[in-house]
Amino acid sequence: MTQRLIFNRRQLLQTSAATAALGVLGAGGARAATATLGFIYVGPKDDYGYNQAHAEGAAALKGMPGITIVEEEKVPETVDVLKTMESMINLEGAGLLFPTSFGYFDPFMLQAATKYPKIQFRHCGGLWTDKNPKNAGSYFGYIGTCQYLNGIVAGHMTKSKKLGFVAAKPIPQVLLNINSFLLGARAVDPAITCQVIFTGEWSLAVKEAEATNALLDQGADVVTCHVDSPKVVVQTAAGRGAYVCGYHANQSPLAPEKYLTGAEWNWANVYKMYATKFLAGEALPNFTRGGLADGFVKMSPLGKAVTEPARKQFEAKMAEMMKGNYAIIKGPLKDNKGGEVVAGGKAYVETAIELESMNYLVEGVIGATS
Amino acid sequence: MSEAASETSFEAVGDRRGGNLRAWVARRAEGVVIPLVALLAGMAAFSIFLLVLGKSPLELFDLMWRGGFSSWFSIQNTLSRTAPLLLAGLCVALPARLGLAVIGGEGAIVLGGVATAAVGEAIAGTGLPGPLGIAAMAIAGMAAGGVWIGGVGALRHYRAVNETISSLLMAYIAIALMNHLVEGPLRDPASLNKPSTQPLEAAYRIGSIPGSDVHWGLAVGVIACILCWVLIEKTSWGFAARVAGGNMRAAQIQGLPVGPLIVGFCAIAGACAGLGGMLEVAAVHGAANASLAAGYGYTGILVAFLARQNPLAIIPVAILLGGIDASGGLIQRRMHLPDATVLVLQGMIFISILFSDTFYGRFRMFNPELWTEKG
Repeated sequence: MTQRLIFNRRQLLQTSAATAALGVLGAGGARAATATLGFIYVGPKDDYGYNQAHAEGAAALKGMPGITIVEEEKVPETVDVLKTMESMINLEGAGLLFPTSFGYFDPFMLQAATKYPKIQFRHCGGLWTDKNPKNAGSYFGYIGTCQYLNGIVAGHMTKSKKLGFVAAKPIPQVLLNINSFLLGARAVDPAITCQVIFTGEWSLAVKEAEATNALLDQGADVVTCHVDSPKVVVQTAAGRGAYVCGYHANQSPLAPEKYLTGAEWNWANVYKMYATKFLAGEALPNFTRGGLADGFVKMSPLGKAVTEPARKQFEAKMAEMMKGNYAIIKGPLKDNKGGEVVAGGKAYVETAIELESMNYLVEGVIGATS
Repeated sequence: MSEAASETSFEAVGDRRGGNLRAWVARRAEGVVIPLVALLAGMAAFSIFLLVLGKSPLELFDLMWRGGFSSWFSIQNTLSRTAPLLLAGLCVALPARLGLAVIGGEGAIVLGGVATAAVGEAIAGTGLPGPLGIAAMAIAGMAAGGVWIGGVGALRHYRAVNETISSLLMAYIAIALMNHLVEGPLRDPASLNKPSTQPLEAAYRIGSIPGSDVHWGLAVGVIACILCWVLIEKTSWGFAARVAGGNMRAAQIQGLPVGPLIVGFCAIAGACAGLGGMLEVAAVHGAANASLAAGYGYTGILVAFLARQNPLAIIPVAILLGGIDASGGLIQRRMHLPDATVLVLQGMIFISILFSDTFYGRFRMFNPELWTEKG
């Protein structure tokens, strides 16, 4: 069976406490007194996005006694990443590796895990199954709830009732974020619509700027995105006076006046858990996932522009979500072609496996998946 | 550019039939010494850049040696990264001998990869023997790349479209086409969040060279470089191409088939890149997906220019760049320099070597006449 661990908030706090305790005890109590952890990023560490979120998580470990961090950025999803992993193992003595980009998993991380059975590998993205090597594994967070909270704030702040979404590719994770964002906004006002533009690439600054401009030209006044680096979208939109909701990391330094809030990863929590277990010589879980209540994802602090009613609804909904098992996708729900995708009375909580093959945009989203 | 330069070099004016050993060495030495000095000058300029940043150049070059060349592990690391650069470099070097600056090899690589995956899907389950299947995929990859860059050549010759612009734009089209096919008709339904084609069957995968973890693409690339060198230097077609590259109008007046030469050389160049894409799919990824557009086509431009468009010189240059690339990680990790550091080094070497083109034919010591024993 898959060792499927869902952490709750309390366990994570305990883990963090254990980390602190370990610091007090020093190296004496641990079986492996020191450990080198390798982090590999597909883009720059300071991209205000996907890679920065991971690099911030890695940076949070730097103070942990006995832990050495080695990092490499801008590693393409080719044989390069395989060689980077081997280099970290052979030249730096890394014992636990985190290749963080989706495309690193198959075939590269699987090959490395087979070749180095004594080294532990954990991949961000939730692809591991029990057919894969046992010294490998996956971790991922449910961030749809955070996009829903983005949507609530956006729903309060929009005057044109039109939102914009710059998306990379029409894949299930992205579609869930778009749908969650609109459903959050519609919880404020059911007349709100959201136009989506797919750029086709994870990182393509020119098209992201063009898409943002096109959305604003069509009347959108709050914009969010799901691309590797939201920097271009945030700066373009804020530069033209629109509000923005962030993604992946906190982009408020880029647009302090216009940044409302954002859906962020909280990898520091997850990496601390792994590092603590690894130092103590405990078995690492093969499959780890969690959401807002588990501390895997978080919201950026609300920006200055956010109004009081928006704040109230945001905080109330967040409190509800913190209890766990919150379902954003629930029936009756139609897609934007008019067909029913979820029957009345049916609800999918964030852990539902059905959400991982989402192939529709909900009613109110303007755009097409293909 | 470099073709024009070599016309002025002593290699061009030297006596090819006779002469003694010293004259031969002097003539050949020019093409080795000048790039080497330029390489050292580029590294020296980079050292100044590092000193300004407050980092030790000696530490960096030591790490570069250790990361790229000092151990069997490092050498394999370097050679793994060398393999795709060989074929990508040929895609730029061959048209350059005709005076064409084709910079869109990336397009031929991704389409070669997609064609490979499509054939792989078509032959899956047919029981076709592995070597035959691999041959079929190689032909498909080469055909796709050949048609793509051959098309650039045809546009150049028959419609007077600038090949630099058209090849670059066609690379974007090729990547868009790949995305469409990989996310649409050729998509493996099981690849949810990373659209990919169906994985190749194990029989149609290309493995490693025995005793190493470097895949066979390295050997294929080296052989391709040697064959292309023979084509250019030792055949009448290659001679005709060099004449056309030197002066297109003169070649036309001489009655050389300039159109077929341009289209043919571009097609061969594209076939090389397409084969590179085929190897990426069959030896590395096992399926075609967006990771195919990893920028090898653009690094190939650097490789070809550093090799001064000489297919044989592509081999050491690709190894050098592979080594710099392989050590890039170590430099990031040990010296806490950003990834772009390696790009700065590559850029400085690139400019230095381009600049060195102006020195050919200027130094008397390389003049074979000086060394020929008269009488």
